[in-house]
Parts: sequence; C-alpha cells; structure tokens
Amino acid sequence: MLDLAHEAPKPKVISGAKSDWELVIGLEVHAQVSSKAKLFSGASTRFGAEPNSNVAFVDAAMPGMLPVVNEFCIAQAVRTGLGLKAQINLVSAFDRKNYFYPDLPQGYQISQLYHPLVGEGEVLVDMGPGVARRVRIERIHVEQDAGKSIHDMDPTMSFVDLNRTGVALMEIVSRPDIRGPEEAAAYVAKLRQIMRYLGTCDGNMQNGSLRADVNVSVCKPGDYERYQETGDHRVLGTRCEIKNMNSMRFIQAAIEYEARRQIAILEDGGSIVQETRLYDPDTGETRSMRSKEEAHDYRYFPDPDLLPLEIEQDWVDEIAATLPELPDEKKARFVTEYGMTEYDAGVLTAETENAAFFEEVARGRDGKAAANWVINDLFGRLRKEGHGIGESPVSSGQLGGILDLIAKGDISGKIAKDLFDIVYTEGGDPAEIVEARRMRQVTDTGAIEAEVDKIIAANPAQVEKAKANPKLAGWFVGQVMKATGGKANPQAVNEIVSRKLGD
Amino acid sequence: MSLNQLTIAEARDKLRGGEITAVELTAACLQAVEGADALNAFAHKTPEIALAQAKEADARLAAGNAPDLCGIPLGIKDLFCTEGVPSQAGSRILDGFRPEYESTVTRQLFEQGAVMLGKLNMDEFAMGSSNETSTYGNVVNPWRRGNDEAALTPGGSSGGSAAAVAADLCLGATGTDTGGSIRQPAAFTGIVGIKPTYGRCSRWGIIAFASSLDQAGPMAKSVRDAAILLGAMAGHDPMDSTSADLPVPDFEAALTGDIRSKTIGIPREYRMEGMPDEIEALWEDGRRMLEDAGARIVDISLPHTKYALPAYYVIAPAEASSNLARYDGVRYGRRAKLSQGDGVLEMYEKTRAEGFGDEVKRRVMVGTYVLSAGFYDAYYNRARRVRTLIKRDFEEAFAQGVDAILTPATPSAAFELGSMADADPVQMYLNDVFTVTVNLAGLPGISVPTGLDRSGLPLGLQLIGRPWQEADLLDAAFALERAADFGHKPGKWW
Repeated sequence: MLDLAHEAPKPKVISGAKSDWELVIGLEVHAQVSSKAKLFSGASTRFGAEPNSNVAFVDAAMPGMLPVVNEFCIAQAVRTGLGLKAQINLVSAFDRKNYFYPDLPQGYQISQLYHPLVGEGEVLVDMGPGVARRVRIERIHVEQDAGKSIHDMDPTMSFVDLNRTGVALMEIVSRPDIRGPEEAAAYVAKLRQIMRYLGTCDGNMQNGSLRADVNVSVCKPGDYERYQETGDHRVLGTRCEIKNMNSMRFIQAAIEYEARRQIAILEDGGSIVQETRLYDPDTGETRSMRSKEEAHDYRYFPDPDLLPLEIEQDWVDEIAATLPELPDEKKARFVTEYGMTEYDAGVLTAETENAAFFEEVARGRDGKAAANWVINDLFGRLRKEGHGIGESPVSSGQLGGILDLIAKGDISGKIAKDLFDIVYTEGGDPAEIVEARRMRQVTDTGAIEAEVDKIIAANPAQVEKAKANPKLAGWFVGQVMKATGGKANPQAVNEIVSRKLGD
Repeated sequence: MSLNQLTIAEARDKLRGGEITAVELTAACLQAVEGADALNAFAHKTPEIALAQAKEADARLAAGNAPDLCGIPLGIKDLFCTEGVPSQAGSRILDGFRPEYESTVTRQLFEQGAVMLGKLNMDEFAMGSSNETSTYGNVVNPWRRGNDEAALTPGGSSGGSAAAVAADLCLGATGTDTGGSIRQPAAFTGIVGIKPTYGRCSRWGIIAFASSLDQAGPMAKSVRDAAILLGAMAGHDPMDSTSADLPVPDFEAALTGDIRSKTIGIPREYRMEGMPDEIEALWEDGRRMLEDAGARIVDISLPHTKYALPAYYVIAPAEASSNLARYDGVRYGRRAKLSQGDGVLEMYEKTRAEGFGDEVKRRVMVGTYVLSAGFYDAYYNRARRVRTLIKRDFEEAFAQGVDAILTPATPSAAFELGSMADADPVQMYLNDVFTVTVNLAGLPGISVPTGLDRSGLPLGLQLIGRPWQEADLLDAAFALERAADFGHKPGKWW
C-alpha cells in the first residue's frame, strides 16, 4: 500500500505558571454499528422511532429471554478492524458488565472485556500536508448500547426509552498516542472517515452514532519520550476520563480545559485524582462525575448465555476481499495519478462519495482541471448553499461535459464559469446550452483579426502608447473580448493583438 | 384404577386405541388436582386451558397419527414461561407477571398435543433443596414415614413437579436441574427424573437461575415415560446459543434393558464420610443388580469430587446474582411502594428487599461478593478451574471405557419440613453433594427409585452418562428399574 511521506506533528505545549507541559491523550470511541437489527435481537435500530417501539423481549430483559448474536454486526466489526489494519481474533468472548440503571434492563451490559474481537491496529491521523500522527489502536470490542433515561418530562418521574437498548456498538480503544486537542479531534474525524468508507458506522455524532470518552493527562517535556523507550505508563501522569463527548468542538475544548485544570493543580503542589469527569458545554468546564464512595465495581464475568465467538479465517478473508479503497490509499493515488496537491487530494477524499464524483468527472479528462472544478466551483457552491454532494444539481456527467467543451476550445474558461452557473441553476446539457445560447468561442482567426484591425484603426493614440509599452496590449485584448461578447478565444486574441501592435 | 394413575405410555396406547379420551383423562387429573390442595404442588391451576387442549387432542387422536404426548396431562414447573399464564418462578418479585411468550420446551410439548394442568410450585428461582423457599409456601411430600403424620419435604427445587407426579395428579411434569433440582426431588418421591446433557433442551423462556448449569428435563413415573417426555422436550433451538444442533434420537426405542456389553463405574469418592448405612446398602444393591443384568462393574476414581460443592456454590450464585439483576421493579412484576422523595436507588432496594426471599438474597449476595474486584480470582476463577478438573475426571473415566457411573442420588431420604430451619445453610447445600458434579460437567444424569428406607420412604440411585448419550443412559436406567422393580406408591392421606 502506498502511504504519502509524512512526519509526526509537534506535541501541543501548554505553558503553566512555572513550566511547560505536554498532553497525553487516549480515546475510547463508541461507534454504532450500521445494521438494521440489534446486536442480540431482531429489533430495528432505526433512529427517531416512537419511544419503546423498537424493543424485542430480550432487549427489555423479560424473564427467560436469551441473546443470540447478530452475525452481520460481527461482520461489520471485523470489517472495521480490517480497515484499521488490526488483528482479527478468531476466538473472542462476551462478558457481562454488571450495574444497575433503569435504562439497562438486564442489569448488565454484554461487552467484551477479556477477549475482544479485534486486537491491535493503527490509524494515520492527518494534521496537514506531510504531517500525520500514527495512533495505535489497542483493541476494538463489540458491546450493547444502553437505553435512554429521560429526566425532564415530569417533575416527579423519570422515563425510559429502550429503543437504543441492545444496539451494537464498537468500542475502539486507542493507545495514549495523541498529543493535543486538535489531534484528538482529527483522530475521531479520521476514524469517522474510515468507518464511513467501510459503511460500518454512519458517524452521525448528533444522533449519538459516534461518541468518545477522552483520557487526558499532562506530563513534562521529555516524559513522553521516556514512556516510548520504557513502555512505563506512570511517567505520563495520572489521567482523568471525560465521558460521552459527541462533538469535535467539545472534545477539543474539554481537553484544553482539562489539561489546564490538571496543570494548575500540579503546579500548586497537588496531585491528580484518577476519576471520571463530565464536560459541560455551557460553562466550558469539566466536573467530577461521581465520588469514590460510589465507584462502580462492574463484576465482569464471562456471559454464560453466549458461547465463545469463533469465526473462520476464510470468512475474515471474504470480508477483507470486499474492503473498498480506504482514505489513505485513495489520497495517495490521487496525488500520484492526477498530479494534484496533497491538500486537494485530502479535500476530494474526505468523503467517499466526493471522491467517486471526482473520479467520474476526471475519467478520460485532465485530472488537475477536474480537481479544480470539483473543489472550487462545485464544492464551493454546494458548501455555500449548505448541500452535500448527494444533493448536487450538477451531475458528474454535466461537469465533465463542461470540461470537454473547454478542452476542445469551444468555450473559454470565463464562459465556462457562466455555463456552470446555468447548468447549476437551470440544468441541461452543457453542449446544447452552448449551441442554443451562442456561447461557443470564436476561434476563426480571420474574424478575430478583423475585429482587432477595427479597434486598432479606431484608437490610434492607444496604439502609440502600446507600442511604447507592450504591457498596454491588454487593453486591446479586453476591447476585442468585449466586442465579441467574451466568445473570442483569448489565446488567439492575445497572439493577433501582439502581432498587429508589433507590426 | 383411575385414569390419572396411568403412566404416559399406558395412557398413550389407550388414547390411540380409543379406550379412553383425552377429556376423560384430563378430567380425572383435574379431579385429582382439586383433591390434593394439601400437597400444595400447584402454584396455579389451568383447568380451562387443560380441557380446551384435551378437546383438541381428542380431535387429533380421532384423525390418526397423533404424537406420543397427544392428550397427555402434564404439570409445568413455574420456572417455565407459559404464554398468558402466571409464571413467577415461585417468587414474589414476579407478582402478576404473565409472559407474552411460550418457552421453547413447553411450546414443543403443546405442539405435540400435551395438556397443561397448571403451574407447579418450586423453590424461589429454583434455589433450594426442600421447596421451602417458595412464595406459594412449601410443597408437602405425598410420602409419609409409615403412620407418622409429620410433613416431609418433596425435595427441591422441582418439588411441586415431584409431588404432583408421585401423587398421580398428572402423568408427568417438567422440571429443571441446576445442581440436582430434578434428581433429588425425584429420589425423595420415588419417581424417575433425568437431567439431560447441557444444551439438549432449550433454555429459551425458562427463567434463569445459573445459565451455565440450568437444564430442563422430565419427571415421570417410569423410565419409559421419561424417555417419551425427553424426546418431546429436547432439540436444537436457534434462540438459545448454548443449545446443541444435534439430532434427537428415539429415546423410547432405545430401551432394550440389555446392558450386557456395558461397563458401569462406581466412583470411590462418592462414599462420603458419615453416609447412612441405608444409602450404602442401596448403592451396593444397585451395583449387584446391574452386575446381575450382565454389566461389567469397575471401581473408578473421580478425584476432584470433593471440590465440586464449593465450586458449585461459587459459580451458581455468581451467575444468579447477575441473572436476577433484571428484577428491579422497572418493567414488570412487583415494584415496592415508595415514599415521598424516594429515588431510583430506593426503588431498587425496597423492591428487591420485599420481592426476594432470604435464600435468594443470600445467593445474590454471595454471587456479588465472589465476582467483586479483589475476590474474583480467588473465588470465581478458581471455581472455574475446579469445574474444568471435574469435567476432566469424568472424561478420563469415560475414556477408560466406562459407559455410565452409578452413585446414590441423595445422602438421605426425604427429611421433615422445617427441620433445617435453624441449620447452617451449608447443611442444606449438602443435599446436592452427589448431583452438582453432573451439572458442573454438563453431563446427563438420571435418578431411579430402587428401594425404601426403614421408615418406608423411597430412595433413589443416580446413573451418570456420557455427553449426548441419553439413549444409552436411559437404557441402563431401564435395566436398573426392571431389576429393582420398585413399584411402591405413597398411601393416599391427602
């Protein structure tokens, strides 16, 4: 596989009152598996359904009900693991994580503590052209989501919605390889991008399809390198976990706040208490979630209702054979195949639909020109109007048609912009529009020459000036273009004007 | 002889032969049930359902080709969820719970045309060996010590099933067995009970006690009846991940009684310190009977037997503590009345405090303790290792050519209700000493009545078989049953 050359970004340094500090960040990302049915029941996973309408007996933990693993969800997790270049464990097992909460009907969550389905992998997190952080994945395990408790509908009662109960999640656990708030957000964005490419998670953070628990600690410059040499986590400082973040912006703000909070404590001679914290977007602060007395003992043990999950290497290979080209490979290929910048390649490959659209436009045409048109004209306009590529009024065929007209010399770049605007707002076949609206550029040198002659004859004073200063030739070009309604081939006009003025 | 005294095999033949109708048979059973309230075997009676099912069965019988169980009245242990019928596992915490679904085992039975007389009393959540922990009150054993009127335990947890079958209230019953809950009450009431190999019967719809140990099985008047019932209860169920995808043999057809090529092992570790002479003698008689029937008898060793009971009383409560977490008052069953200002924690605490009985609470607490951080390795993991060793003991015995293992079913005959009230709970747990090993190893085990003690109470022997070889095991039990020719019934006093 082709990777673009890159170097690691500099870690973020925060200056405290007394010294400089670095950040160490590890994430647990909870990604909802794209699947019609839940992990252990046939109930639907559709978002936004009537409360408690997508609930099977087993989801409600009715007496005697048993979980049966949904093979598709496992395939999706394997696919995700393969997309993160991770070890797939042919034998894994489900464990119960026990705690009481009304939106957890069984009184335990079925998860994978001891033997996760996916082992070590890695993600390359782009931080700008030529700069990327390699983040190691420790594991991915499959688990059930909980339901939703609603506390603000009634002053005396809480309500429970079990629609989400039992939906399959992948918990993607990173190593503490992330060194700043921006990197953390970029890491989540990269995971999201890869899973969207794979079709294993829709990445919709607003609907809760992607949430992150962020572990943050601070250390002195040099400590991280010591950790890398020795593998000793203790030099990285005591970490706090900020739970359940569902926006890239909040992730960054929470890390920034949390790091500064820890630095202030440490510089004051205090020490950090390892704990779970919540980020409050209203105040921009993190606060402790529970006291030590209430610390949970989850009493994990192997779920006796489920046999160990054994999968075949052949099955894994079959899934591997259907993996799409992933963002890193695609980006590298765009740079080499189309000669575009890494930046442009990054923009075009952000979403797989965008990349596919671009490639349809670029097929058999000039890749650089296609990239410019797709990024600047189409994406620019779509973004301005708040649309995605799926809602683009201009198809790849139409945009390709415009590019063909430019390439053939039928229209100038300037006319092409007008044509694009017409196609965008009114639709239609670009070639037919050019014909119907007489937009074809004049390439007949005789006609252009006649026009140039006319203007030279009418403006003797300008001719004198231009002969003394050839830069003024542009004025004549402009006049010719004006006279031809912009349809004259600019290159031909340039040539003829400079020849005539040179006479 | 009234119809309710028939065995399943006899009734089947009479039904097919048109000698009796399912409605007549059902009516006889319902009458027997009505007259047996003193036994408290039924937690919930379903006469309307029974008669409706009996009518349907008669129609099927008339059409011909009716299955074996068509028209056979059964009792169903309260642990089985039965659609629209109270299913409370003998617990207060499931007050008012009527499932909207039918357990796989009972669905299979009813699809075969079996008739449900009602739900049978049991120890709460199948936790107990004397049937004294039920919210419905204890079941009384139909057997008495001669003329002594002292009420005896039918054993547990399937005590209602055992008493109902022994007293001829039904022709057979479903039971479940986590540590001996089929075999011990069967032995205490002079009937046959088999716990099949773990995974033979679906657990779907059976209220869970300890998932890795729970198995459903039949309780019946004879080995033949047990074979017929087991055939209808068993089978692969895709809804239970631990259910085995194996064909179910014709167990009844396997009953030849010819065990001349078989090797029976006698495990020396089951000769417990302080074992009553009567049990020792019963075991010796069994050995001799099998030998006389032509089997080869060998002494074997199952060296880790003594660790089985402690391991069981770690693993079963651990799983139970988690399985019973769902009874929280949120969605179904009982919810405690709350006081002003009570929150969700108070709801849990009060609901579970009043909903669970003492034995359930004890096991939930033990289970929570052995799974908690810092104790997990010392208890739960160690118990799991013991379990592996116990399993290996059996595997080695079978590898040496042993076909079945003969042991006592219980360390004593039925004891008096209330006699253990002040005893250390461990004294009660000792009832399971011969049976828990079988659950830990996932093997099939059957209890067959083979004798009476001095006071006239039934005693049973246990045969333990190879995994999935219930057909062979039933055949050995059939030989033992024939040789013992037990034939005793409790005198009717109720």
